[in-house]
Amino acid sequence: MNNKFLKGMSHGIPIALGYFSVSFGFGIKAVMSGLSVAESSVISLTNLTSAGQAAGVDIIAAGGSLLEMIIVQLTINIRYSLMSLSLSQKLDKKFTMPHRLLASYGITDEIFAVCSAQTGLLTPAYMYGMIFIAAVGWVLGTFLGASAGEFLPQSISSAMGIVLYGMFLAIIIPPAKKEKSVLFVISLAALLSIIFYYFIDSVSAGFAMIISAIISAAAGAFFFPVKEIKN
Amino acid sequence: MSIGIYIAVMAGVTYIIRMIPLTFFTKKIKSEFVRSFLHYIPYAVLSAMTLPAIFYSTGNTITSAVGTLVAVLLAYFGCPLIVVALAASLAAVITGNFI
Repeated sequence: MNNKFLKGMSHGIPIALGYFSVSFGFGIKAVMSGLSVAESSVISLTNLTSAGQAAGVDIIAAGGSLLEMIIVQLTINIRYSLMSLSLSQKLDKKFTMPHRLLASYGITDEIFAVCSAQTGLLTPAYMYGMIFIAAVGWVLGTFLGASAGEFLPQSISSAMGIVLYGMFLAIIIPPAKKEKSVLFVISLAALLSIIFYYFIDSVSAGFAMIISAIISAAAGAFFFPVKEIKN
Repeated sequence: MSIGIYIAVMAGVTYIIRMIPLTFFTKKIKSEFVRSFLHYIPYAVLSAMTLPAIFYSTGNTITSAVGTLVAVLLAYFGCPLIVVALAASLAAVITGNFI
């Protein structure tokens, strides 16, 4: 175990702690949606993402189609392609093709944020250290949430259902406070989603989300084009 | 349909999205509209996912609404993600004991 790996791990500890509590909520949600503890944990191990997993579980619970699953995952997670694109410019030459294929697994909002903030190039060992500790937190939290969901008092386990949504609000509200373009986009997306929910029940939840998000992001891009994308 | 197939599709799509740019793309996206669209997509997705679902997230509209209010306030004042997420849940638990 080398120095860079340990450095990546230490930088990843705050991420792992955050993931632990959020994925605890995901585990509870997944079990409440009818999945087993093992299935919930495997989803976290193989996906390593919050919004995509939450939406994926909704689709599984509703018996949605695989096409719906593919489109929902593409829509929710397409942001990772931008992060990957950005990080690809920042990789050390030790990053050969096999390393790139492996590190791709661990690109999340938070890992991207911490990696982008590093000065200098990223080595495989550093990224593996961070991804490893973050994934441990994410999977362990899911496992315990999914297991304890059966033992916790009903009032507590059902209240944990709000954890992921709380985190989403914490992601979108601060930038909306700073930029009216983001405020415009999230307000429009919420409005459309609410209209779908209450008035257009012929459209499934997954597609309602996609349509709401695409219209609002396109409107945002039309009315408030971004000159420079900041990391 | 088997849950295993759903999980494989979820994981596969998510991995490919992360893998393709990191391994193959080297050029920057030029279209300002596409770059702006991709910039706004995460916010739009999270907002559409959260509303109105958050009001049903605890199985009780009142505890959900109190949790949501706490989350909005703490997020507005810039608290860390983890604090906002846990406080929302705690507020829902506490409210649940009073109703």
